[in-house]
Amino acid sequence: MIEFRNVTFTYPDADAPTLDRLDLVIPEGELCLVVGRTGAGKSTLLRAVNGLVPRFTGGRLAGDVLVQGRCTRDLPPRELADVVGLVGQDPAAGFVADTVEDELAYVMENLGVAPDAMRRRVEDVLDLLSLHAVRHRSLATLSGGQQQRVAIASVLTASPRVLVLDEPTSALDPASAEEVLAALTRLVHDLGITALVAEHRLERVLPYADRVLWLPGGGDPAELGEPARVMARTPVAPPVVALGRLVGWDPLPLSVRDARRQAAGLRDRLVGQAPPVSVRPAGATIATTSRLCAGYGRDVVLRDVELHVHRGEVVAVMGRNGAGKSTLLAQLVGLRAPLSGRVEVDGEAPHDLTPARAVRLVGLVPQDPSLLLLRDRVDTECSGADHDAGLPAGTTFALLGELVGEVDPAAHPRDLSEGQRLGLALAVVLAAAPPLVLLDEPTRGLDYGAKDRLVAVLARLAADGHAVVLATHDVEVVARVADRVVVLADGEVVADGPAREVVVHSPVFAPQVAKVLHPEPWLTVDEVEQALAGVA
Amino acid sequence: MSPRGRSAVRRLVHPVAWWAWAVALAAAAMRTTNPLILGAIVAVTAYVVVARRGTAAWGRAYGSFLRLAAVLVVFRVLFIAVFGVRVPGEVLVTLPSVQLPSWAAGITIGGPVTVELLLGALYDGMRLGTLVVCVGAANALASPYRLLRSLPAALYEAGVVVTVALAFAPQAVVSLGQVRETRRLRGRPDRGLRSVRGLALPVLEGGLERSVALAASMDARGFGRQGALPPAARRLTALATAVGLLAFCVGLYGLLDAGAPRALGLPVLGAGAVLVAGVLFARGRATRRTRYRPDPWLAPEWSTVAGGVAALLAVIVVARLDPGVLAPSVVPLEVPQLPPLVAVGLLAALTPAWLTPAPPDDAAAAVVGSDAAPASEALAA
Repeated sequence: MIEFRNVTFTYPDADAPTLDRLDLVIPEGELCLVVGRTGAGKSTLLRAVNGLVPRFTGGRLAGDVLVQGRCTRDLPPRELADVVGLVGQDPAAGFVADTVEDELAYVMENLGVAPDAMRRRVEDVLDLLSLHAVRHRSLATLSGGQQQRVAIASVLTASPRVLVLDEPTSALDPASAEEVLAALTRLVHDLGITALVAEHRLERVLPYADRVLWLPGGGDPAELGEPARVMARTPVAPPVVALGRLVGWDPLPLSVRDARRQAAGLRDRLVGQAPPVSVRPAGATIATTSRLCAGYGRDVVLRDVELHVHRGEVVAVMGRNGAGKSTLLAQLVGLRAPLSGRVEVDGEAPHDLTPARAVRLVGLVPQDPSLLLLRDRVDTECSGADHDAGLPAGTTFALLGELVGEVDPAAHPRDLSEGQRLGLALAVVLAAAPPLVLLDEPTRGLDYGAKDRLVAVLARLAADGHAVVLATHDVEVVARVADRVVVLADGEVVADGPAREVVVHSPVFAPQVAKVLHPEPWLTVDEVEQALAGVA
Repeated sequence: MSPRGRSAVRRLVHPVAWWAWAVALAAAAMRTTNPLILGAIVAVTAYVVVARRGTAAWGRAYGSFLRLAAVLVVFRVLFIAVFGVRVPGEVLVTLPSVQLPSWAAGITIGGPVTVELLLGALYDGMRLGTLVVCVGAANALASPYRLLRSLPAALYEAGVVVTVALAFAPQAVVSLGQVRETRRLRGRPDRGLRSVRGLALPVLEGGLERSVALAASMDARGFGRQGALPPAARRLTALATAVGLLAFCVGLYGLLDAGAPRALGLPVLGAGAVLVAGVLFARGRATRRTRYRPDPWLAPEWSTVAGGVAALLAVIVVARLDPGVLAPSVVPLEVPQLPPLVAVGLLAALTPAWLTPAPPDDAAAAVVGSDAAPASEALAA
């Protein structure tokens, strides 16, 4: 269905090709998962399928990309719209219309589908993706999961044979992600659509994949094959695969269900052992909210939130999309004033402080870290931060090196990898040495390696006496780094306690290892590895 | 009449009707410097916008345009106070004056600032400001997407340029909000005059990136697919469309601007319209595009257009009968009057606030929308 014939693609001004002599055939009706590190060329590969690469990016593409026998060299993306449906990383950025129904009809209007056929197809697709309840809603008012499903629906109405999805679940809470993946499997199984999906959260998508395409990047040849066979060797692996490799299970488990079937022996070996208790002692209280209500105009997003954050602890704030996580962070950093109640950071209300004073108390790394960056070079960005914080020149740049390793000082922040950009934003925030550091969804777009480094950085910040609050959907990172988990639902705190207690028994927030070893309270592969080493 | 036509049923009024209404009001504003008439036009747009604006992001464009208009008026007055040709009268303050040498046209900068000078500048600035406010009202009332959709297939490509440009304003407002938050997070002033410095580039960059992402998404979903036209014919019709539209715009300008030569008005407008219509006919058969639930054009649409045109006609008639009242003199100073006929015309322009159906309710719209609201405050700063 999709064929890459000796495809090499180089971005303009790039030294090395992003895709290097790629040869592959994806047969009809398969769900193919593209796996690779950040920057390995996953998005480039996906956007080459309908010709957006190179037509919207520039650069040189050698070789042929064929979809259903049509070559992207001869046809622009618009002429392939009836064959390939592509949904980008940020679905909201691509919305054209105002309401759900109009968005669904857009592609059909362009294809010239007859009006009565259009009405029928819109109804069918609304049902297929369970969107009928929101059909008249304005697109901007939908939740993240709904927006993602609308974006998929808006290309499905053209009845494409190929669906290309770039990180369809990265921005979603676990429940919404399940919603999107259930819809996707239905399309592949019932309608025989060929799906090509790139995703960093392998733990979510891997159980559904028929085939895995491993993109090593850096000029090494790509590998396409059975998921269990390919995943046995890739350096990026979800916890369930890592656990399987550690214990030596064969066949390699790809889902929690596979793993549980083989895990009885492991559970027996671990009986009588307890996971290491977090040794981080919590210090003095740095931030407090009391009876905090916050929102926009008449819409109350947070209700009576009571929260205490202490120096030296990592607090994870979890909850559905729209539960009020980002609003809580905006309150703590003083971007918005509370409707009622109090927010205090180190005894002061952050909203009343001047910006220059506020950054010395609390720093926020926003969901899109590049929003925080103002300059066009890494070194001027860093020296700007030094200047703002009144630090000797070079302090921030040195900090950046400690966080993420060597970074080219002349590079544009936009050209850094996601991990490096996050590091740069974090370094800029930490330059003012605020005792409270907030991170909004920091793991979006990060591969497992970058997440490892982030976890190490956060642990070090906590050890240095910073209080860290992160809002995230990533249960695996929470399991590894958080001391305490606060769960928000509809703006209220529904759970606040030690991470292990909160997540182990939740069907939604439990990490994979906890699900596999339930009811034993293990959270991460590292814990299991240490325990097994102790036994041996 | 279908049930969608009754004004009791909530629906969006045809975007072309709103634009026609707003353009008519803008044309009326262009023909006068009478501050009472201009103020009344702004009041009419404000009332109708508050009553009938959309719930989506574009529905909040009006406030930003209002602030922009205010800034324009203030700048105009300041500019004239410093650089304007001196007008005799009641002196408020005397600025230090500099006589430029004759090779720089011998202009005098500064000098006595009189009430008459400031009022003249104010009237002139208000005319421009009212024009901006009318465009803002159209932006807040008509969905840019629906406007694009109602264009004939052959005009579609030209239309998208305009639509992306129109959508750029709300996107830039969103981008502005983000940049201001960024500045606060970086410990820099986020309010007052000092915060404006260095805003332009990131805001433009953000707006542009959004526009490119939107263009990619539109292309991937078949936007601009070609019909079965051979390349040569395609180029010819594209050229004819461009020339025709240009002529149409020049003609429209000639018609709207009272000072333009008469030959620039109707004849050029007509020639442009004929050219475009010819292309539409030729290409309409070749281009395949269909419409999902086309916006109906019913009684509320007619009454909206009629309201705007009534206001314009009233101003035109008054211009014939009593030109002086439309341009109240400042030397000697004269109290501006609101002619009764213009008042009636403007009341007619106010009727869409009741005669059109309310836009569809979207209860949750306010939640997301509120992000953009604080952002627009920076314009006022």
